[in-house]
Amino acid sequence: MASQTLSAGTEPPVFHLKEEPHHPEGSSTALGFWIYLMSDCLIFAILFAVYAVLGGNYAAGPAPKDLFDLNLVALNTAMLLFSSITYGFAMLAMAKGRVGGTLAWLGLTGLFGLAFIGIELYEFAHLIHLGATPQRSAFLSAFFALVGTHGLHVSFGILWLVTLMVQVKRYGLIAANRRRIACLSMFWHFLDVIWIGVFTFVYLMGMLR
Amino acid sequence: MSDTSSLQTMIFGKLSLEAFPLHEPIVVATFAVVALGGIALVGALTWFRLWGYLWREWFTSVDHKKIGIMYMVLGLVMLLRGFADAIMMRLQQAMAFGGSEGYLNAHHYDQIFTAHGVIMIFFVAMPMVTGLMNYVVPLQIGARDVSFPFLNNFSFWMTTAGAVLVMFSLFVGEFAQTGWLAYPPLSGISYSPGVGVDYYIWALQIAGVGTTLSGINLICTIVKLRAPGMTMMKMPVFTWTSLCTNVLIVATFPVLTAVLALLTLDRYVGTNFFTNDFGGNPMMYVNLIWIWGHPEVYILILPAFGIFSEVASTFSGKRLFGYTSMVYATVVITILSYLVWLHHFFTMGSGASVNSFFGITTMIISIPTGAKIFNWLFTMYRGRIRFEAPMMWTIAFMLTFVIGGMTGVLLAVPPADFVLHNSLFLVAHFHNVIIGGVLYGLFAGMVYWWPKAFGFRLHPLLGKFSFWFWVIGFWLAFMPLYVLGLMGVTRRMRVFDDPSLQIWFWIAGFGAFLILLGIIAFLLQIAYSIWKRDELRDLTGDPWNGRTLEWATSSPPPAYNFAFTPVVHDNDAWTDMKRRGYQRPLGGFKPIHMPSNTGTGVVIAGLSIMLGFALIWHIWWLAAAGFAAIIAVTIAHTFNYHRDFHIPEEEVRRTEDERTRVLAGTGA
Amino acid sequence: MSADSHVAHDHHGHDAHAVAEAHGSLRDYVIGFVLSVVLTAIPFWLVMSGAIENKQVTAFIVMGLAVVQIVVHMVYFLHMNGKVEGGWTMMALVFTLIVVVITLAGSLWVMYHLNTNMMPMQEMSPRG
Repeated sequence: MASQTLSAGTEPPVFHLKEEPHHPEGSSTALGFWIYLMSDCLIFAILFAVYAVLGGNYAAGPAPKDLFDLNLVALNTAMLLFSSITYGFAMLAMAKGRVGGTLAWLGLTGLFGLAFIGIELYEFAHLIHLGATPQRSAFLSAFFALVGTHGLHVSFGILWLVTLMVQVKRYGLIAANRRRIACLSMFWHFLDVIWIGVFTFVYLMGMLR
Repeated sequence: MSDTSSLQTMIFGKLSLEAFPLHEPIVVATFAVVALGGIALVGALTWFRLWGYLWREWFTSVDHKKIGIMYMVLGLVMLLRGFADAIMMRLQQAMAFGGSEGYLNAHHYDQIFTAHGVIMIFFVAMPMVTGLMNYVVPLQIGARDVSFPFLNNFSFWMTTAGAVLVMFSLFVGEFAQTGWLAYPPLSGISYSPGVGVDYYIWALQIAGVGTTLSGINLICTIVKLRAPGMTMMKMPVFTWTSLCTNVLIVATFPVLTAVLALLTLDRYVGTNFFTNDFGGNPMMYVNLIWIWGHPEVYILILPAFGIFSEVASTFSGKRLFGYTSMVYATVVITILSYLVWLHHFFTMGSGASVNSFFGITTMIISIPTGAKIFNWLFTMYRGRIRFEAPMMWTIAFMLTFVIGGMTGVLLAVPPADFVLHNSLFLVAHFHNVIIGGVLYGLFAGMVYWWPKAFGFRLHPLLGKFSFWFWVIGFWLAFMPLYVLGLMGVTRRMRVFDDPSLQIWFWIAGFGAFLILLGIIAFLLQIAYSIWKRDELRDLTGDPWNGRTLEWATSSPPPAYNFAFTPVVHDNDAWTDMKRRGYQRPLGGFKPIHMPSNTGTGVVIAGLSIMLGFALIWHIWWLAAAGFAAIIAVTIAHTFNYHRDFHIPEEEVRRTEDERTRVLAGTGA
Repeated sequence: MSADSHVAHDHHGHDAHAVAEAHGSLRDYVIGFVLSVVLTAIPFWLVMSGAIENKQVTAFIVMGLAVVQIVVHMVYFLHMNGKVEGGWTMMALVFTLIVVVITLAGSLWVMYHLNTNMMPMQEMSPRG
């Protein structure tokens, strides 16, 4: 109901909306998730800062040159990059409303993600076998914390991906599922961005020291 | 015997009967009181069959108003614990002269000053600030709730879970003895092998999840859910300060999360981030923790500044002076708060160039705050000032906080800080600004918005008692500390050699006693006001002739806040509506879409307590189970797609008609 | 089910704006992917082959290409632009970047000075 003033003349100002305001369910989700990603970015920033400050403290132990296998890292990077493009194709299939296509591309993304994690675990096991444990030096502590946290994020992403695939299979591409797929997309690509930082500053720069 | 002991370790971790501090009479007595009180409370709730009511109406509620009130209750309960710690310290420091050791041994005393800081910052100030923002902001912007109501509930319970863990540490095991920021190497596993620092870590990490999510929630709420016509520059100042506060929260708590995680790795896994050997660097911890720590204090003070802006304009009957400059000052403070952190460790040896830079930035950041003070003064100038309690707290703030701010600028001078760092001067400074700024702001806000939340005002006379005890008590408790600090007395001391200092500690102790009376008066005020609530009723919803939209609703507001979303035309939207003769709509109601209650937040927070406790005591199987359970409950929760309902149109009409009837009775 | 897909279609229109997913952005993804592959391959090759004598120069190029690739990801995969969500996501990103730069630069500056001013230490020897 518009308000009415008692004075004649000017049009009384409207003080209430007659209909519900246009805040459809889930309208804050994308922004909210993005802001969460920014906070996650800060966690990684701290881990990068710690690596920057302590990454040169080898404590008379192994240095990057003794440990890093750039071929393996290149393979890992490829896995993650492929998973990014497959997720992109999943988003396109979702835009077309194709459940089967979405699930297929999501599944492929998950496989690439698992490959990434598998290779990373193999790398960690190898390092530990060589005696380059997280406890050996501050450099190694920082390395395992930074790369390991990234890997943990990817692992959570895979768990989320599997859950979403079950939910899409069961309920289809309803609005809530679309929002979730979009959020996971942001998460997944963001992890690839962080990995760019990791392979550049940890692995490549490590070999250049 | 090794078989049974390894079996015991497998099942119970480090937990054993020795964890219970039966040899500390003070703790035992405290436990007896708490246990009896707890049993009485649980018994009363059971007798009056209130569990169902509590669960349905409060614990599982996703209503921002209920959650806001629960935050305030948490903060008030923890204020009593934190203040008990303060009284114990004052007593010890007043006594321990001339060879006397006082009544607290070092092990106990060190836990008390650590717990005092941790509780006051994380479990009193943060929850109460969050509670007020939660309650008020959606109402001020004309929204029905926050952007993510379930996350809101979850955030509250995670904060509570952290508080519960801290309380556990009193009776099972011990708390950290490192000071509230737990610097390594003291907080590392070699020098703190007990469970104290682990309690600290996990309580803060769990509560930190709640705080960060709450930050995201309120930013989205303010950005996305403002009523039509409320542009950014038409938002109430409290909403502006809330926006900036929550930006700070989201942009700074991750730092604390990461740093504590690294300390955790050092303690649990043997990494070398902050150790003294193998390449670790404890100074990096200090550096990082203060990158968090300085924005944190601005998180505490900005909402208080917002409260003072609302109160100053309302109780001067005038529009706030310099709205635009207030907004700019708030934003500038937000950004500058990231450029000053090193002033917390000038003495750590970073050298003249670094110290000068941070000294200068620290002095610069006092300027926007000064601008705010002038704006409040100009708001009051030529206003028709009503000396109700909120206004009294505001005036006390202006006088008290300014002193604290000035001592801050003094400390910002690195050579001066070399003398005063970690002295009682520093302790006096930060209590000056936190009590004079944050706490007085919280009191002003509580009295100001109490009628909105509960439908009746707080009794004024008891409020005045509380006020004067607090204000005089604060001055007596902390001015001596400035003197002692200038004379060279260090903080966190348990015993003193110089008898000439004792008189100052007696004065400080007496001041603390007056504050105790102030707290008691405040509690009595609440109890008495509840008892006499019919005489103190607020029937109009607008007891103070308010200026912003929350005063357009009934007291308390209905679950849906506004039957129709308001349309805003000017700053001080409610004043604008009243001035232009707005009429409450009497018909045309629609069903209102609302989010449903849920118990998931309580469950996950409960599992978090279990997980935290298991990690603290190294009960690995329980920790794994707790972690798995949390993941399972979270995933299960996401399979529930139907978390909403509609309030039917008849119910809205009934509620609004009732309000029309009440308003008619007041002749409004 | 048809009601759902109808709703889904409507919301898709809304969500499309919410996350700026446009139809026909297959081009975007492919461009982004190809660029990323190139921007990854070059730094790896530079370091692994040692093609440039000067390690400093190599480091600068590698870092620069990383920054470019991050921007590529932001634009082509995350669809970042100043109009999404009323510019708020861009503002959030810019603010975060400012805080990250202050944290990294500040920490490096402070810690370098602290370390320099530390008393000379004994040679590191591994503990038993």
